Amino acid sequence: MQWKIKNKEEFWSGMLFLGIGIFALVISRDYFIGSSARMGPGYFPTLVGILLSILGGIIALRSFGVEGKEIRAVSWRAIVMLTLAFLIFGWAMEKIGFVLAMFAMIACSMMAGKKLRLLELLIMSLVLITGSIALFIYGLKLPFPLFWW
Amino acid sequence: MEELFPNLALGFHTAVTIQNLAYCFIGVFAGTMVGVLPGIGPVAAIAMLLPTTFHLPTVSALIMLAGLFYGAQYGGSTTSILVNLPGESSSVVTCLDGYQMAKKGRAGPALAIAAIGSFIAGTFSTMLISFAGPALAKITLEFSAPEYFSLMAMGLIGSAVLAQGPLLKAIAMILTGLIFGMAGTDVNTGVPRFTFGAPGLADGISIVVLAMGMFGFAEILTNLEKGYDTAGRDLLTKKIDHLYPSLQDMKESIGPILRGTAIGSFLGLLPGAGPVLSSFTSYAVEKKMGKHPEEFGKGAIQGVAGPESANNGAAQSTFIPMLTLGIPSTGAMALMLGALMIHDIAPGPEVISKHPDLFWGLVVSMWVGNAILLLLNLPLIGLWVRLLQVPYRYLFPTILTMMAIGVYSLTNQAQSVYLMLLFGLLGYLFKKLNCEPAPLILAFVLGPMVEENLRRAMLISHGDPMVFLTRPISAGFLVAAILILVFMALPKVGKTRE
Repeated sequence: MQWKIKNKEEFWSGMLFLGIGIFALVISRDYFIGSSARMGPGYFPTLVGILLSILGGIIALRSFGVEGKEIRAVSWRAIVMLTLAFLIFGWAMEKIGFVLAMFAMIACSMMAGKKLRLLELLIMSLVLITGSIALFIYGLKLPFPLFWW
Repeated sequence: MEELFPNLALGFHTAVTIQNLAYCFIGVFAGTMVGVLPGIGPVAAIAMLLPTTFHLPTVSALIMLAGLFYGAQYGGSTTSILVNLPGESSSVVTCLDGYQMAKKGRAGPALAIAAIGSFIAGTFSTMLISFAGPALAKITLEFSAPEYFSLMAMGLIGSAVLAQGPLLKAIAMILTGLIFGMAGTDVNTGVPRFTFGAPGLADGISIVVLAMGMFGFAEILTNLEKGYDTAGRDLLTKKIDHLYPSLQDMKESIGPILRGTAIGSFLGLLPGAGPVLSSFTSYAVEKKMGKHPEEFGKGAIQGVAGPESANNGAAQSTFIPMLTLGIPSTGAMALMLGALMIHDIAPGPEVISKHPDLFWGLVVSMWVGNAILLLLNLPLIGLWVRLLQVPYRYLFPTILTMMAIGVYSLTNQAQSVYLMLLFGLLGYLFKKLNCEPAPLILAFVLGPMVEENLRRAMLISHGDPMVFLTRPISAGFLVAAILILVFMALPKVGKTRE
């Protein structure tokens, strides 16, 4: 057996699970474990953390043995733009109001697609912003300020 | 049995009010839309609509969300037949013969038979719920902590076995879901766990946030990556001139519809199986049983009638374990269970006895909803087709903004938006690594109950884990779980599964 990662998909999923398992173990060190008759808050997280770490390790190790397909290419543009869209939206909702938050959200998400046409962006924003003001703020009475004043 | 009629009367009394009929209508209408539109599944859609139901009475909220779920099954078949693109994974097999029928100018009969089959299956499983539900609940009333723990363990293992992809990864997803479910204040000791000092996490992670991230955000990101666009599809709309199937069509379909109904209603009960598996099973059965198997794939009406009845039958009967045992068997049911809990109803066998109006109202509303769908679906086909022609680049910003508003409205704080983003990116990573998210969300919902029952069982037994094996019912569940695991681990079965 060669020590070469033949199945990247399996390897990285194993590592991800191992990571989550160890993360859970590290966090739950602070919680009281107790005994199996009287379990403390730390008992179950530690148990699940151990199981997940072991399982993650097995999945990662198995990837050396079995051939697998490559992971599809990642579209960084879409990831970055959608991440920005939600980050700005969250910030803007708290600071500068619904209208601008919506506009930022729509602009960023439309930039995640192939190309951005300015006219499309303006029309989409107009439709979506007025539509959601009518639906959410007047219809469902959500307490969002429209602007920062 | 003799109580059935007063119960159904109570159900009608609850479901057939103007308000609840309206919510049922909104639910099935939105559901059909979700089913038609590619790139948004029922789980994400339920998560999006869930925050708007907080202020509604519980019955109305559940009626609407349930309508959304089974409406999506109907909608999914429409796109399979007309554009060879399944709106939902449960309609994948409908493409095979449905689209061929449409190509031959028989889109009308195909759509009609799908709707009629779905209605028959829906009616049957609604009846099944009203018989089996109370009976199951009566049995489970005797359960205590060890039985519940083993039952949930079996349910989770079942969902892992029936998930797509390697078994080990599905089990790892379950464990991950259990960890996410632990976030929040520990009920027994009041200790905050996995909250990282964030006050927003003291009550745990909201299922809306998790589901919208893992199913909504991740799905859209994946679609964008594939350069998804609905433009330029081959729409077979001009050819719908006659809608109604001929007598011959009906004769050929009645067998497949009845068999599909039986297959779907049964498979829907199993954890993790649900609509997808049942539609494939039904197709295989019809192909084997048909007199002209060579016609399958070339527009055989049996290939539409069977699977479409099966997926709707299964969609309805997945409600049985959720409502009576408190065990969700699919991602969508996990959200329905979450909705119950948000409305302060403790899931489990007591739902029927403590909230009879809720249970029977929901059961009857499902039947009413199916009737609405049957009436709505055919006349509205023109509308759905037009909706399909909306390019994806207009669609996804709309879905994203709805998601953002929905999540923000949970707490009116940016925190929940950021948390959704985090789960969205994680969900995307899981998708990329071919890890199916459904077992995760099931474990997330069940997690706190699994832990609670484990703790209680071990307290009763003074720390002796044998308690799960010495009690016969509990041992039965665990043995069944192990049998499923061993059976699936056999190499031959494992291969056919993939």
